[in-house]
Amino acid sequence: MKETSSSRIFQGINALIMTLVVFFTLYPFVYLIAQSFSSEAAVYGGKVSFYPVDFTALTYKVILSKPDFFHYYGNTILYAAVGTLIAVTATSVMAYPLSKDKLRLNKFFIPFVLFTMYFGGGLIPNYILVAKTLDMRDTIWALVIPGAISAFNVILMKTFFASLPNELEESAKVDGLDVYGIFLRITLPLSKPILATITLFVIVGIWNSWFDASLYIQSKEKWPVALYLRQVIETAISPTEIGASSEQANQIAATVKSAAMVLTSLPIICIYPFVQKYFVQGMMIGSVKG
Amino acid sequence: MEGSSKVFEVSPLWKHVRKEWKLYSFLVLPIIYFLIFKYAPMIGNVIAFRKYRGGPDFLGTEWVGLQYFKMFMKDPTFWRAFTNNLVLSISYLIVRFPLTLIFALLINEIRRLKLKKFVQTVSYLPHFISMVILAGMVKEMLSAAGPINALLGHFGVEPIAFISLPQWFPTIYVTSGIWQGLGWGTILYLAAMTGINTELYEAARIDGASRLRLAWHVTIPGILPTIMTLLVLDIGGIMGSNFEKILLLYNPLTYESADVISTYVYRMGITGGNFSYATAVGLFEGVIGLILVTTANTISKKTTKSSLW
Repeated sequence: MKETSSSRIFQGINALIMTLVVFFTLYPFVYLIAQSFSSEAAVYGGKVSFYPVDFTALTYKVILSKPDFFHYYGNTILYAAVGTLIAVTATSVMAYPLSKDKLRLNKFFIPFVLFTMYFGGGLIPNYILVAKTLDMRDTIWALVIPGAISAFNVILMKTFFASLPNELEESAKVDGLDVYGIFLRITLPLSKPILATITLFVIVGIWNSWFDASLYIQSKEKWPVALYLRQVIETAISPTEIGASSEQANQIAATVKSAAMVLTSLPIICIYPFVQKYFVQGMMIGSVKG
Repeated sequence: MEGSSKVFEVSPLWKHVRKEWKLYSFLVLPIIYFLIFKYAPMIGNVIAFRKYRGGPDFLGTEWVGLQYFKMFMKDPTFWRAFTNNLVLSISYLIVRFPLTLIFALLINEIRRLKLKKFVQTVSYLPHFISMVILAGMVKEMLSAAGPINALLGHFGVEPIAFISLPQWFPTIYVTSGIWQGLGWGTILYLAAMTGINTELYEAARIDGASRLRLAWHVTIPGILPTIMTLLVLDIGGIMGSNFEKILLLYNPLTYESADVISTYVYRMGITGGNFSYATAVGLFEGVIGLILVTTANTISKKTTKSSLW
C-alpha cells in the first residue's frame, strides 16, 4: 500500500512519543546507577543526571565486602524456592479437578474460589489468624503459606488445563493409567508453559515482598532482602553498620540507597527480558473468563 | 438450587462422587486451605462487632454491637482517610484509564515489529519492580539534590520538598502509578486488538477511512468488552488503594492528603493495637468495595453485555 504523507507524519509523531515513553521509563534506573557510582559532593551538589560524576565504586565495595547483603539475599532465595514449590504444587492440584466439566460439584467449588477475588478477610483478621491463632510468627511459613494459592492463579491454570485436548487423557486411560497417573504423566508435562508462568508470578511476588515480613518476622537475621533494603532507604541503618569506616561514612551515606536498590533489582532486570513472554502469556490466558 | 434438578434424579449425587472420588480427592487439601486462610479471616471480621482481647481466639469474647462503627463514624481522621482514598483512587483512574487505552492504540500502530516488541518490553518492566524500590526511586528523584529539582533549578525554581508537602502527594501517587503500570495495563487491550477481524480494517480502508476513523470505528468497538471488564474491575477497586506504596511514601507531614483507609487501618490496628476498631473500618471498606464491583458489573452486563461473572 502506498504511504500517504499524513500517514508518514503520524508514524513520525508516534515514534517520537514511543521514544519519550521509553526514555521516561528507563531514566529512573539510569539515574540510580549514575548516582550509585558518583562522589558524595556530586550527589549532594545535584550534579548527577545521566552518568556517574567523579566515578567511585566505594559504596559497592563496602556493601559487598560484608556478608550482610548476601545473607539477606540468601533468605529471599530460600523463601522464594520453598514458596514457589508449595504454591505451584498446590495451585495445580486444585486447578486440575476444577477444569473438569463432568465434576458436578464444581458448580459450587468454582464460585467458592472466585468469591475470594472480590472479598477478603482484610488486614487485621488475617494478621490475628497468622500471628496469634496459628502462631506462625518468625517462621518462613508466615511468608509462604497464607498467600500460597491465589484464586487468580487457580483460574489461570484451570483455563489452561481445560484447553488441553481430551483425547490424550482418554488414550492414557485406555493404557491403564488412573487419574493420578494421568495428572502426573500426561497433564503436567503438557502444561509447562503455564507452570512457567505461575512459577514466575510467584517468584517475583516473593522476591518483591516486604510487608508480610515486616508484620511477622521479628528476628532481623531472618529478613528478606526487600525488608533490609527498606531499612537502608529509611536510613534506619547507619553507614558504619553497613561496614564503612568513619572517613568513608559520608560517601556511603550519599550513595548507599541507590547502590542497594541497584543490587536488589538487578536479578529481576537481568532475567526479565528472557521470561517476559511467560508473564504476558499468563495475562492473556487469565483474560479468558474462568 | 441443589437436589431438585433433573440431572440429580438421573444419577444421585453420592453415586457421582463415588465414581469420581479420585478427582475430588485432589480438592480436599486445597479446600481446607481456602477455609483456613481465605474464609476464616472473613469470619474473623466478627471482631468488628465483638471485643477482641488479644491472644489466639480470633473470634473475640463478647458482643458489643455497633460500638466500633459508631466510634469511627464520629472520627474526623476516618473521614479524612475516606476522602483521601476517593480523591487518590478516582484521580488515578481518570488519568490512567484513557492514557492506557491511547498508549495501547499507539503501540498497535507501530509498523516495525522489532520496535513494537522493544517498546512493549521496556514499558512492562516497571511492573516487576518491588514497591520498596519504586518508593526509594521516587524519593531519590524528588530529593532536594535530585534530578527533578535540578531541572527546575535551570528555570530558577527553588528546590521543592515534594515528599513532605501534602499538596504534592496526589501528583506523586498518580505519576508513579502511571510510570509503573501504564505499559502492563495495555496487555489485555493489545491481546483483544489482535483478535479483531482484519477484513473489517480492509473494508474500511477501501472506503477511504482515515487512521483515526479506523481506530474509532473498528478498533475501539472491537475491544469494547475488554474496556468494560477493566472499567468494572477499576470501579470495584475505588475503595482500595495502593496500600504498600502509600505506606512507603507517606509520613506524618503528608497524612493530610496521603492517609487512606488501609493505612489508617494499619496504624490503628497493627501499630496501635485497636484490633476491633481497625477491623470495623476495614470491613466497611471491604463491603463498599464488594457493593461497588457488583453494581458496576450489573450495569455493564445490562448495557454492553460484558461482565465479570
